[in-house]
Amino acid sequence: MTDGAHDTTVEVRGYLAVLGALLLLTLITVGVSYLRLPEAPAVLVALTIALGKAALVAMFFMHLKSEKPMVFWPLGLTAVVFVALIAFALWTEADHLFGTRFTGAFGGVAP
Amino acid sequence: MLAKYLFSTDHKVIGLLYGFTSQFFLLFGFALVLIIRWQLAYPSEPMPLVGGLFGEANAPGGVLLPDFYNQLGAMHGTIMVFLGVVPLAVGAFGNYLVPLQIGAPDMAFPRLNLLSYWFYFAGGVTMLASFFVPGGAAMSGWTSYAPLADFAPSGQTWWLVGMLLIIFSSLLGALNFIATIVQLRAPGMTWFRLPFFVWAQFITAFLLLLAFPALQAAAVLQAMDRLAGTSFFLPTGLFQAGLPIEAAGGGNALLWQHLFWFLGHPEVYVLILPAMGIVAEILANNTRKPLWGYRLMVYSIFVLGFLSFIVWAHHMFLTGMGTSISAFFQATTMIISIPSVIVLSSLALSLYGGSIRFNTPMLFALAFLPMFGLGGLTGLPLGLAATDIPLHDTNYVVGHFHYLVAPGTIFALFAGVYYWFPKITGRMLNEGLGKIHFVASLIAMNVIFFPMLIQGLAGVNRRLWDGGAIYSHAQPVVYLNVPMSVAAFALAAVQLVFLVNVVYSLVAGRVAGTNPWGSTTLEWATPTPPRAHGNFEHPPRAFRSPYEYSVPGVDGDFLPQGAGDERAPA
Amino acid sequence: MKPDLATMEIPYTTDIRPDTGLTNPKLGIWLFLASEVMLFGSLFSSYALLRSGAASWPHQADVLSVPLATLNTIILISSSGTMVMAWAALKSGSLARFRLYMGLTILGGAGFMVVKAFEYSDKFSHHLYPLTNNFLGLYFTLTGLHAIHVLVGMVVNLYFWGPGAAMWRTEPRRFTNRVEVAGLYWHFVDVVWIFLFPVLYLL
Repeated sequence: MTDGAHDTTVEVRGYLAVLGALLLLTLITVGVSYLRLPEAPAVLVALTIALGKAALVAMFFMHLKSEKPMVFWPLGLTAVVFVALIAFALWTEADHLFGTRFTGAFGGVAP
Repeated sequence: MLAKYLFSTDHKVIGLLYGFTSQFFLLFGFALVLIIRWQLAYPSEPMPLVGGLFGEANAPGGVLLPDFYNQLGAMHGTIMVFLGVVPLAVGAFGNYLVPLQIGAPDMAFPRLNLLSYWFYFAGGVTMLASFFVPGGAAMSGWTSYAPLADFAPSGQTWWLVGMLLIIFSSLLGALNFIATIVQLRAPGMTWFRLPFFVWAQFITAFLLLLAFPALQAAAVLQAMDRLAGTSFFLPTGLFQAGLPIEAAGGGNALLWQHLFWFLGHPEVYVLILPAMGIVAEILANNTRKPLWGYRLMVYSIFVLGFLSFIVWAHHMFLTGMGTSISAFFQATTMIISIPSVIVLSSLALSLYGGSIRFNTPMLFALAFLPMFGLGGLTGLPLGLAATDIPLHDTNYVVGHFHYLVAPGTIFALFAGVYYWFPKITGRMLNEGLGKIHFVASLIAMNVIFFPMLIQGLAGVNRRLWDGGAIYSHAQPVVYLNVPMSVAAFALAAVQLVFLVNVVYSLVAGRVAGTNPWGSTTLEWATPTPPRAHGNFEHPPRAFRSPYEYSVPGVDGDFLPQGAGDERAPA
Repeated sequence: MKPDLATMEIPYTTDIRPDTGLTNPKLGIWLFLASEVMLFGSLFSSYALLRSGAASWPHQADVLSVPLATLNTIILISSSGTMVMAWAALKSGSLARFRLYMGLTILGGAGFMVVKAFEYSDKFSHHLYPLTNNFLGLYFTLTGLHAIHVLVGMVVNLYFWGPGAAMWRTEPRRFTNRVEVAGLYWHFVDVVWIFLFPVLYLL
């Protein structure tokens, strides 16, 4: 045995539970996709499930759950910056996505 | 023997490698623009002496062809930004100084550091090699706007590969800097005892880490467009030379601009923040006073760094992307000027009441303030859509960002070279030659860049092969091209003074000792030069904030950050 | 542990720095992953922008094979599971069990690549190429870049399964940390796929 060796049975049992949840969520998201929901709810469901799965992997497999705040700062910043990129880039396509809802947002006059 | 230096994992050796390579690229990029300046001042006249060297395909009889002119323009920008200024400010100064200033034995990942340098080197070689491929180097501007760049000759592909290598180098470097600053601070070196230079490098590293991947993605997509025939940046219904293009279409040209400027704007602050850091160090040292508003400056660059991620579309007002999105980006652009002004004001206020020493590093640092200020103020009209639209792509823009980068950042880098040269080499640079270098560079740079603002306000476009000679609206200002070009060649000549100074001082300069400027920060507590692999003779410790100059009740006028209690006031 | 500067020892490569709670490699890999988030984030943004601006977009599930992708999802997620168990095995001091789980992880990666290759060749045989339309362009670019990441992860894992494991005898704690870092990368590759799967196949 080496220094710091300890019993990991409980830990491993937890990992197996997470793995089971991930596989179950995979089957659910595939199942929902066969329902051919309209676009908006389909996107919402699929991305929510994907976010849930990613959170499970990050929290347990990548053990962010027990990580130190020094890791959260850069990751939080990354998340914000990523959202800014996708949101503001999409804004240029706002006409396609939302009709002309945004043209008047800053007091402009819709054409 | 040579391999010992080329493959050393010592941060100081890697810093010097970065320094030599990036200064080569600065000179190379400068040489490219000298060719451009000849053409602008004397359109279609053969360039004397060197005109025959460019080859019949580029400059028959020494007269530049428009395509070659475009290559020079695109590659000048690319080389100066990505291979010259950033690697010098971050790779060289950051690498050499950050571990010393925080009291670390090296960077957190020394081998990654070396790998980062060699990726940068490979990227540089790729860029240089692209001049020799059929059709020449990239010619679609340093921004490589699609769809133009999608159809450019093969040099553009080399540009993309070169950028991918440089980006990978930057990412490795950036995570190394952050890990070093977070993990390897010496005992007692708390966050608010970090020298301002270290803070500037810290924020810079975050900008590199999070902004550069967008260009990585964009480069991959453009490479797919060029090599695999996709249409990511090709809208439906595009014609080239009168014929419809053979592509699926349905792409979005604005996508390239979004991704490019998502990197491009933080990149501007990557150019500026290390320069602010250097200037802050030198101002504090030569005013013999603590920095005014140190904490305020730190908070400001935090805000600056964060906001720099949400201002990028102010480069895109002319694209017609929409009024509401323009309004948003105008607002953030106006807001980001606040932290910049706070930093600049704090630096200016630091001068108040100081007993200023006007040595060469201080002169360069002092000149940075008004020059950077001018660059910043000329940017305001470009940050508002209504005034940006007539000024977009004119020489006004070129004048604006050159004021920030040339007499701004490059002056700060010169200040840094003069200031830290004694620590690196053990000898002082010659003050007389240094002052000649400073005054002549200051005059030359202003003669080059100020007329650009005038030409731009008259509506002269920035990418004209003949400098505007055939346009009637340019006639009142086209004569300015001659003095600008003369000043550019004079600026080149003045750099010889600097080179002579370096060589002369290396051989016969005044011997410096360990702390010639009477400085407080930890890098001056090392032997000169600092020890290979380990830097310090005794494990360093920080006892106080970084700029304890003129402390009442202390012998001498400064209290080093690493000096123990025996020197603190009773 | 006090850093001994005379031997150029870099502190906190294996030990945790008390005030940050991290080792250098741990922070380094998370920062690297942050930049990777931005890389794939930029590509997802491109996908969103191109799709929202497109005049027409194929029904993705009709072009691609959902069953194959589901199989691949299951394989990659399971390999993530075995990866974390390989790390747990080292923590409990068993190199043999580490070898078993790491071997399964590598096999998982290989299985993923085989299925991927099968998918690609199927598309090519139906004359579906990146240039066919922007959806297929994005499909090949995103999955291709992801596949490169899988390959890199497999090479790293293979190294730790084979020659790299020699470190277990000399510096077991450091080796365990290295496997943890390789695992963080592997899980990240898994997370990217968790998003690619619905975005490219299901929506």
